[in-house]
Amino acid sequence: MTRSTIELVPSLKDRRIARHAAAAIVLTVAEAAIPLPLPGVKPGLANIVTLIVLARWGWREAVWVALLRVFAGSLLLGQFLAPGFFLSLSGAFASLVALGLAMHLPRRWFGPVSHSILAAFAHIGAQLVVARLWLVPHDGVFYLMPVFALAAVVFGLVNGLVAARLLQELCGEPGGERGAPRSSAPASER
Amino acid sequence: MRFPAAAAWRTLLRPGDVLVVIGGLALCVHAVAVLWQGGRPEAAIVRAGGKVVAELDLSAPRVLDVPGPLGTTRIEIQPGRARVAADPGPRQYCVRQGWLTQAGAVAICAPNEVSLSLSGRGADYDSLNY
Repeated sequence: MTRSTIELVPSLKDRRIARHAAAAIVLTVAEAAIPLPLPGVKPGLANIVTLIVLARWGWREAVWVALLRVFAGSLLLGQFLAPGFFLSLSGAFASLVALGLAMHLPRRWFGPVSHSILAAFAHIGAQLVVARLWLVPHDGVFYLMPVFALAAVVFGLVNGLVAARLLQELCGEPGGERGAPRSSAPASER
Repeated sequence: MRFPAAAAWRTLLRPGDVLVVIGGLALCVHAVAVLWQGGRPEAAIVRAGGKVVAELDLSAPRVLDVPGPLGTTRIEIQPGRARVAADPGPRQYCVRQGWLTQAGAVAICAPNEVSLSLSGRGADYDSLNY
């Protein structure tokens, strides 16, 4: 069979990225339904997928998945090019940079939980800077900093633990040396 | 009661992760301490007859006697707070206000024409009563 020169054949990697991005988008949309007390404080469940992709397939694929999730998620939620979209995008960029640095920490000591919390702090940091420079040109935004920082620690910890657990299920390696069998597998996400 | 599930989750934490969590919480506490300090007074300003007679740092304890038309008003300073300890006025409103701790708080001894106010960043209220 002769192939057209412009035919795009998705590689295995493309399919993998698409699959993970789809999982992340589902989590983004599901999370949008959760009522939250303060605008800007949300669990960021989709970052679990980013963490898993980072650990299993490397930083470049994590960047793909995270950015696809931000764009497609905002399109689905009707937020595309709205202020919230730019906050998400700046947060995603900053946390990807943080993840790119954090993944080089010694694996023995720092696992997905560390990556998650550091990325969460980068995320809120970038969002606060963008909000201060563009959306709320007043130092009052920094008044909420402690709340965001606490959310970063709590949700970073939870997301990191879930990611570590899923990684354990998926490859049996990271997160712990113990190979104890577990009966109930969490979300059938891969 | 033991939670086997909790133990399983704990194995997912590596030593560095615990450090990162602790560091994050420390950052939260630090942010609260630095950013939510509105209302901490910096200095006590004492006026008599409308003129500032003293501007006192709130770091060291001291006592200041201010003369007025009725007699002497005694101002007492302690680290972070100040009060009118004694006043010759008839109704003692400024004395009974007690310790002033918020920036912007004022105790006025009108009969003796003496006032004590706390200055500082982010002064919200003239006075607080409970």
